[in-house]
Amino acid sequence: MSVAKPLPHDSAPLHVTGQARYIDDIPTPAGTLHLAFGLSTVARGTIIGVDLSAVRAATGVVAVLTAADLPFANDVSPSNHDEPLLATGTVHYIGQPIFCVVATSHLSARKAARLGKIDYAEETPILTIEAALAANSRFEDGPRIWSKGDVDAALTRAPHRLQGRIEMGGQEHFYLEGQAALALPQEGGDMIVHSSTQHPTEIQHKVAEALGLPMNAVRCEVRRMGGGFGGKESQGNALAVACAVAARLTGKPCKMRYDRDDDMIITGKRHDFRIDYDVGYDDRGRVQGIEFTQYTRCGWAMDLSLPVADRAMLHADNAYLLPHARITSHRLKTNTQSATAYRGFGGPQGVLGVERVMDHVAHALGLDPVQVRQVNYYRAAEGGLSAPHRPAASPPEDISGTKAGQDGQDMTSRGAAGGGQRISSGTGGARRFGAEHSPQAEDYGPNTTPYGMEVTDFALHAMTDRLLASCDYAARRAAIAEWNAANPILKRGIGFSPVKFGISFTLTHLNQAGALVHVYQDGSIHLNHGGTEMGQGLFQKVAQVAASRFGVDVSAVKITATDTGKVPNTSATAASSGSDLNGMAVQAACDTIRDRMAACLADLAQTTPDKVRFAEGRVHVGAEVLSFAEAAARVYVNRVSLSATGFYKTPDLSWDRIRGQGRPFYYFAHGAAVTEVVIDTLTGENRILRTDILHDAGASLNPALDIGQVEGGYVQGAGWLTTEELVWDDKGRLRTHAPSTYKIPAVSDRPPVFNVALWDQANPAATVYRSKAVGEPPFMLGISALLALSDAVAACGPAYPALDAPATPERILTAVQKVRG
Amino acid sequence: MTEITFLLNGETVQVSAPPTTTLLDWLRDGRGLTGTKEGCNEGDCGACTVIVTDDLGAKALNACILFLPQLHGKAVRTVEGISGPAGQMHPVQQAMVDHHGSQCGFCTPGFIASMAAGHLQGRTDHDVVLAGNLCRCTGYAPIIRAAKAAEEADVPEWMEEYLSKLDGTVGSHPPYAPESADDLAAWYAANPDGTLIAGATDVGLWVTKQLRELPKVAFLNRCADLRGIEIGADTITFGAMATMTEVEGVLDHNHPSYAAMVRRYGSEQVRGAATIGGNIANGSPIGDNPPALIALGATLHLRKGDLRRDLPLEAFFIDYGKQDRAPGEFVTGVTIPKSAPGLRCYKLSKRFDQDISAVCGAFDISVQDGKVQAARIAFGGMAGIPKRASAVEVALIGQPWTEATVEAALPAFAADFQPLSDMRASAAYRLTTAQNMLRRYFAEMTGQATDLMQVSA
Repeated sequence: MSVAKPLPHDSAPLHVTGQARYIDDIPTPAGTLHLAFGLSTVARGTIIGVDLSAVRAATGVVAVLTAADLPFANDVSPSNHDEPLLATGTVHYIGQPIFCVVATSHLSARKAARLGKIDYAEETPILTIEAALAANSRFEDGPRIWSKGDVDAALTRAPHRLQGRIEMGGQEHFYLEGQAALALPQEGGDMIVHSSTQHPTEIQHKVAEALGLPMNAVRCEVRRMGGGFGGKESQGNALAVACAVAARLTGKPCKMRYDRDDDMIITGKRHDFRIDYDVGYDDRGRVQGIEFTQYTRCGWAMDLSLPVADRAMLHADNAYLLPHARITSHRLKTNTQSATAYRGFGGPQGVLGVERVMDHVAHALGLDPVQVRQVNYYRAAEGGLSAPHRPAASPPEDISGTKAGQDGQDMTSRGAAGGGQRISSGTGGARRFGAEHSPQAEDYGPNTTPYGMEVTDFALHAMTDRLLASCDYAARRAAIAEWNAANPILKRGIGFSPVKFGISFTLTHLNQAGALVHVYQDGSIHLNHGGTEMGQGLFQKVAQVAASRFGVDVSAVKITATDTGKVPNTSATAASSGSDLNGMAVQAACDTIRDRMAACLADLAQTTPDKVRFAEGRVHVGAEVLSFAEAAARVYVNRVSLSATGFYKTPDLSWDRIRGQGRPFYYFAHGAAVTEVVIDTLTGENRILRTDILHDAGASLNPALDIGQVEGGYVQGAGWLTTEELVWDDKGRLRTHAPSTYKIPAVSDRPPVFNVALWDQANPAATVYRSKAVGEPPFMLGISALLALSDAVAACGPAYPALDAPATPERILTAVQKVRG
Repeated sequence: MTEITFLLNGETVQVSAPPTTTLLDWLRDGRGLTGTKEGCNEGDCGACTVIVTDDLGAKALNACILFLPQLHGKAVRTVEGISGPAGQMHPVQQAMVDHHGSQCGFCTPGFIASMAAGHLQGRTDHDVVLAGNLCRCTGYAPIIRAAKAAEEADVPEWMEEYLSKLDGTVGSHPPYAPESADDLAAWYAANPDGTLIAGATDVGLWVTKQLRELPKVAFLNRCADLRGIEIGADTITFGAMATMTEVEGVLDHNHPSYAAMVRRYGSEQVRGAATIGGNIANGSPIGDNPPALIALGATLHLRKGDLRRDLPLEAFFIDYGKQDRAPGEFVTGVTIPKSAPGLRCYKLSKRFDQDISAVCGAFDISVQDGKVQAARIAFGGMAGIPKRASAVEVALIGQPWTEATVEAALPAFAADFQPLSDMRASAAYRLTTAQNMLRRYFAEMTGQATDLMQVSA
């Protein structure tokens, strides 16, 4: 069966030979026009004069559009209708599009876009958290506050108490393929848009609004993206809408791709945060009560900032049972790029806040930070194991054609039910753990998050034990201390960080997906679903699911571009949910067809559907064995439909984001990492020396692809916290708008020793083949690198380093100087 | 518009195009060869990497900042030509599939070109070969696994370039591509407002980022007599057109600390194009060669028409954006001593590889009988020009070579330098680390562990 096999990415042969097509590689019809935006050069002000005569006169220019030229909606916001495609009257950040050049070549458009003369009445921009607080410049009326227990009493009562602050920078996505779109006008005013987007339905919707058309007149197609990481969830709207409007106005195909500098100047990035904390704890470092105040710069428009800030609050606990907690979140409006989705979606920032607290508490008590974390962990799932041992995680290949439920079997849970032990992550089936056996249960109350969700599938106790043993943590920690004592200039450090990440969209209705599956009469299978491919291997994983359902080799399954005409009303491929949602929808569609085939073949052979088995490319009908192709042909000749849609919605979700109460997540995915570093105390330069990771991907659909997500996520997370520094000047100009100044990790920044293993235990929740989402969670393992750097700095003197992020050499040197006092 | 002839994936092509047309744009828009990608259009990401072969061999270069005239008479191989004629995969392509080295795939063609070039050269220093290729998805681990797995495989026969195919097809050189220093001197004297293009790793960005028109250009790559490296009894003279790859090869034997710094300068692709003369002539305060060269006491060679003159390199840099170079005058080369055992070069940047220095310090201190006999110290990133730390040198010379002397010399840095704050570093950090580099130098010369690269888990 193809599920669980470490197969290569389906496009790998195309990637390595240069045949894989991205938007800018699609052959365009003759006469295709090219677009570029003219950008605001001030961060805040009113436009008082616009002279575009030089733009219009420039070589190759066909048209120049301003807001007044837009026929219908001037809006590319994914949320609040506060983001015009082209500025109207006021400008809100340096880089905001004001006009759009339509020209005969990409270069002509870029050159002409620089010739606009715009006069502004400038106002003082609000650029920082402090300035926004002072001006009360924010989204929503005031801060959002969620709490659990009696925080003030717990803080007062606690034997020890400390306060601190961590600042963490944002992050540029730096997808290697910049934003791009191509609009092809069709007969009757219809529009086809090729977009590098994680959210084709959003593109379809915004283009339809901009053209004054119903959604059925617009089709969006996405074959693949050259990286997304959240940066193509909403940020592609502007290009797609501009191309569609220009195509409507000129009657010509229109293409737009941002030059890299434009891309970095125009588009949103990860939210930067400041988190203040006040924690009360006992002699073991056990947190009694804690207060977090999270401040985030959302930029000028709302975009996805509210759910991002929510998710930061939802991950303020990370892996720790906080008996009394209050989390306050300020969503600040500033004259900078509108911060947007980025892998983890606020989760990493929330997690880093509490990881800093654990590190700070351990330092204050002189304890090993791992021990402090362990005493604060949520209580484990039953039996001390974090998850039930892996039974046959997947249905056997020879699944019968019997409809699920007909024979009393739940197809999707069959694998996990094998051991007779079923732990549900669902609300109804959850068992209480530990209450009778563990005195801690009394001390720290129910095993619930600050937002009232019971944690029933916590895997990190056993995972931590295994990781610490496999990486020889204790011995290495001792060896490092010894080494540091002998080395005055270079210092080594080691850091551990766990992650518990909630899986589901927090906007509950997004947790749905559709699929469309065709079986052709030659036995080949064509598959579409609502998810988009951005490198994560979603298509391959889903194809493996489909192949497994039909008992055929994965090579029999073809997945083509995601297309709003094939599968409608899709959610963004985001929140790590791609495989969970689309895998299940595809499974449902495949099962529908397979069941029809089984019924037809059984009928012809005068047997029952449960005697029909699909395995190894063959269909067994009683004693007869057909190839899958023969079976398909036979079913076709008997006039049975070989095409079906599938649909899935995640069960057991209910969430009230205003109260901060409910069950926003279907389950949690876990991971743990240990990183060792060395720093130079003369300059702050540093290197990662070794990283060990144990990550929970459930029963992996494809271990090779999942390990790829873990390795890549870790390095991207470590980059966020080390070399990747966004710098704005006092005018609000982003000074780091190209790879010459904004430094993502290069090859030599990866850990030279990099051991990654999968926990590989079935998901207690009934996900597709009991796998777990893996896109975002490993990103947070990069926090172990920051903690290791902090540990190395701490070797220089008695004070706590309080290292902010990104920990550039300059910040590390500053921290070294500080701890030396 | 002049005709340029080269081999593209083994076949002769003749191109008429404006001289500042980049290879990348021509490949993608002109030839429909869209395998080679634009990631940044400034030579920093490597997505556009191709293999270029000339009489000196094959190397990986960034097509986005490579102008067509630079390819005249050479061979270009893109990702499409790294696969065999019948679609067979090159060993590095197969290894990348087998080891899951691609995720989104956009950077992959550039990686394939760099890996295939490294494979052709028999390289196993994959971190150096691939330092100029950025990948945002994989974390690089599987790419390195793939590169290692392909090390032993034979080079496929289709990778062979037959430059002789071009014999007779390469016409006379166009006016903007002089064939010798004499030609260049004559052209530049007549066209002092022209732009000289050596490796185009800087001028390329004038075109791709600043969108400047360069109406009058001269490409120096065909001036063979500017390319040589002369190793004499006591000196080494680099022709201005010696690429940084060639420079590094010589430094490796004679000035290993300088060579180690050069390995972090740009990337494989950038060093293969960038020239030592270009790095000096553009007068940047943050170029990495000048501090090392000034510490070595380098002599710069200039020429205008038939007039030649030499000057100490530090005298060339007068002020920010201003050099001692007359209109029509150009750098022909630079001479350094062959031996300087005390030379150490320290490059400080946010990222180890391929990052512009916040501070670059070079020290050459001679100690005799326990006393500092001579000291040449120079910095980049600390002033508007690459600059000697004269006051620090004075504070050291004649003093006993001790930690106390080093500490006593530190205040002199503030007399030599008043650095700026920018996106790379603050002024205070620059000054502190410059001082600490002297401490590091002392520690290193007295046997203490100072090198991060020597530490392993």
